[in-house]
Amino acid sequence: MFERDPLIESDIAAYLDQRIQKDLVRFITCGSVDDGKSTLIGRLLHDSQLIADDHLETLKADSQLGVGNGDIDFSLVTDGLKAEREQGITIDVAYRYFATRHRNFIIADTPGHEQYTRNMATGASTADLAVILVDARKGVVQQTRRHSYIAVLLGVKHLVIAVNKMDLVDYSEDQFLEIIADYNKHSANLGIGSLEYIPISALHGDNVVEASAAMPWFSGQPLIDYLNAVNVTEPAKAVEFRLPIQLVLRSHADFRGYAGSITSGQVRPGDRVTALPSGISSTVERIVTFNGDLKVASAGDAVTLTLGDEIDMSRGDLLVKENGKVEFDASVEAMIIWMDEKPLALGEQLILQSHHGTANVTVDAIRYLLDVNTGKEAKTAVLQLNDIAHCAISADRKMLFESYETNRAGGSFILIDRVRNSTVAAGMISGPVSPWDQTPKDSLEVQASTIAAGERQIRYRQHPCTILLTGLTGAGKSTLATALERCLFDRGNSIVRLDGENVRLGISKDLGFTAVDRSENLRRVAEIAHLMNSQGLIAIAALVAPQANARARAQQLVGADQWIEVFLDTPLAVCRDRDTTGLYEAAERGDIEEFPGVSAAYEAPEDADLRLDTAGMTVDQCVNAIVELLIEKGFVDG
Amino acid sequence: MFREVVSQFRRPVMLYSIGKDSSVLLHLARKAFHPGPVPFPLLHIDTTWKFKEMIEFRDRICAELGLELLVHSNPEGLAAQINPFDHGSQTYTDIMKTDALKQALTQGNHDAAFGGARRDEERSRAKERIFSFRDANHRWDPKRQRPELWNLYNGKVSDGESIRVFPISNWTELDVWHYIHLEKIEIVPLYLAAPRPIVERDKNLIMVDDARFPLTPREQPRTRWVRFRTLGCYPLSGAIESMASTVPEVIQEMLLDRHSERQGRIIDHDQLASMEEKKREGYF
Repeated sequence: MFERDPLIESDIAAYLDQRIQKDLVRFITCGSVDDGKSTLIGRLLHDSQLIADDHLETLKADSQLGVGNGDIDFSLVTDGLKAEREQGITIDVAYRYFATRHRNFIIADTPGHEQYTRNMATGASTADLAVILVDARKGVVQQTRRHSYIAVLLGVKHLVIAVNKMDLVDYSEDQFLEIIADYNKHSANLGIGSLEYIPISALHGDNVVEASAAMPWFSGQPLIDYLNAVNVTEPAKAVEFRLPIQLVLRSHADFRGYAGSITSGQVRPGDRVTALPSGISSTVERIVTFNGDLKVASAGDAVTLTLGDEIDMSRGDLLVKENGKVEFDASVEAMIIWMDEKPLALGEQLILQSHHGTANVTVDAIRYLLDVNTGKEAKTAVLQLNDIAHCAISADRKMLFESYETNRAGGSFILIDRVRNSTVAAGMISGPVSPWDQTPKDSLEVQASTIAAGERQIRYRQHPCTILLTGLTGAGKSTLATALERCLFDRGNSIVRLDGENVRLGISKDLGFTAVDRSENLRRVAEIAHLMNSQGLIAIAALVAPQANARARAQQLVGADQWIEVFLDTPLAVCRDRDTTGLYEAAERGDIEEFPGVSAAYEAPEDADLRLDTAGMTVDQCVNAIVELLIEKGFVDG
Repeated sequence: MFREVVSQFRRPVMLYSIGKDSSVLLHLARKAFHPGPVPFPLLHIDTTWKFKEMIEFRDRICAELGLELLVHSNPEGLAAQINPFDHGSQTYTDIMKTDALKQALTQGNHDAAFGGARRDEERSRAKERIFSFRDANHRWDPKRQRPELWNLYNGKVSDGESIRVFPISNWTELDVWHYIHLEKIEIVPLYLAAPRPIVERDKNLIMVDDARFPLTPREQPRTRWVRFRTLGCYPLSGAIESMASTVPEVIQEMLLDRHSERQGRIIDHDQLASMEEKKREGYF
């Protein structure tokens, strides 16, 4: 019932020695109800000679009971629970095992029904690869997109699009090519690691194990050859040493071992390591196992380490290489898949369980609901079974975590209902809650002024507002801001000028120029402008502010009715020529990273209140245009 | 997995059937807590119809390794003299195995029980979780099984409820044998071929292990070279003819044979999807 290797008969000892070397590949199969997924798996097992004779007899008997017409119904191989079998559908994740001469495989068979996102997510969470079935007659359908989306979301790197039922379209190459083109169009922005297309007929076995004689035009590999060859090892970059502590073993007075399974990287005796969250460092003394001490242990190994110093560590703590950094925070942003019949109630107490222990948490906000059919985001107040949404979660204590994208083990968690103990959601952390979204401490209150806004308007003879001058470096933001400030001052207005560069000399001197830091700089400026506006002053903010999303958040913070966005729309070449400080050259050399216009995007405003082409206008013309707009909107007198 | 359970539960126990899967399970548990002792007891459900060699093996291993062993038999079943010959395999299994197991778990107030079941054994097991939830009556309800993502296992239970934990769920029969070979794990000698007293009933080769075996007048035990692929109660375990007397030879024979492992188990033939019915009842 296993693979046929001549060594089994001739030299069993040699066969067993060789078998130790085989690696394990886990994959999921997904498809719509009638795509023939179960048939494909049955076919894989049958053609690899993996179904035992007595199972085969049961199968033949069952095939007669059901739809059978004398042929073996391969789909019955994988259908397990009785009630489901009678309905002719599978409703859960079933695991199947088979081996070839090269590899051992675990298949997670996941159903394709509309309502079973959670099953597919379960299967995908441990899979290296996904086989997505497409019916050659129907082509790419909504479910195909959903399956692709969920697979990628759960971090599955390799996708195989198996175009099935080729026999029913006369093995047409054109049909196959059309499906490829269609899928390519839909999947362009998904972020799929590797993609393979194979035309098959699960019913007749074409291109499953044997190359198809009916499709001589197909030059690729049959499915099984692809599965044998595909490289699923993680790229070496994200493999820093991580050992979440499961248990501290104290078998006798002088033995203190830190036990757990290494989730990434390697460790050797003598390595310097740091315990998190305490931050205390020590040296690995021994890697203790039942079969003797090890010289090196790596990802997947269950080990017990002893350290040179007695460090106080407990379950949920993490050992990393010395000075390694992992996020430690009480609030996170995460994509969650709701898996319970009972909808999510915002603010309800739940238990979060991860490799770094458990914590009491609440889901504070649903940022957006993800439509897995289209990839579009939507607003929602509730999460129903099978919904996938980006959420903000806060815990009653700080937790260790990493982003799921960089580390599957460090970024995954489940949510548990406190009363029923059921697992209600699975989550993938994207990062800490952005400062834009953080909520201030509950104990804080606004200290109100006794001066009313109206009093300030009379005193200053103006309505406060914030003017954002945004554009590329060299567009003339600072020049224009200074001139505008002078002009308004001379007209008797009360203003405050917030130049990005000045801000970075003081309040933002801790920030760099990454996308995250630029966003934070804009947030701080917006907060200051907001304070100034509340004191009756007009604020002029001059910043590159390259991200549309961050500008929208700033507008929200200040208030849309007090916000004026002025886009200095100057051609890049002009900006570059004006640049006397050599910033563009430095960026082009790669000395400055993430420089908008060179190595990072400048997302031009689409609906700015005013667009000024500073290449074709004088400074005075620009100032006048802004002042006219202020008068028109009633912020200053004419 | 073992470490996870010991951390999450109050009173775990390991179900020890003395079979090869149990031997692997025990070996893994010893490795998980090395150099310390295994921090939970072993539980054996004794139907009183096990092979004598199994019981000897059990007692010797537990003594050698200093393990705490709990043995339970269903007292009502014993009183009623329930046996596989007079009461049929179905009734006998229900009372002496399933009911006995429930009694022992309830009495011991165990919130987690390790078992050696594997998903590749039978079709209905393919969907079994690694942490399998049981209600206060030890029943398995497909609706209340928890989704299992990554390797994060939810072990939260209320009083009386429990989790069956299957650490070698993802192993195949070949994996188990291969591991026994590699780690030189001791197993009950019945797994290896030897001359044994056998009678043939309904195409099953049954070993006459003691005088309780009710031989019909026409039956005469004959010595045949056999081994067992699975071990349970001797009247219900069918042997296969074999000369494979070492672990590699057994593996070789298994790989060249085209019969699945559970075929020798008589209870399986009772009905289609029989395992699933048994699982719902609380049988392993």
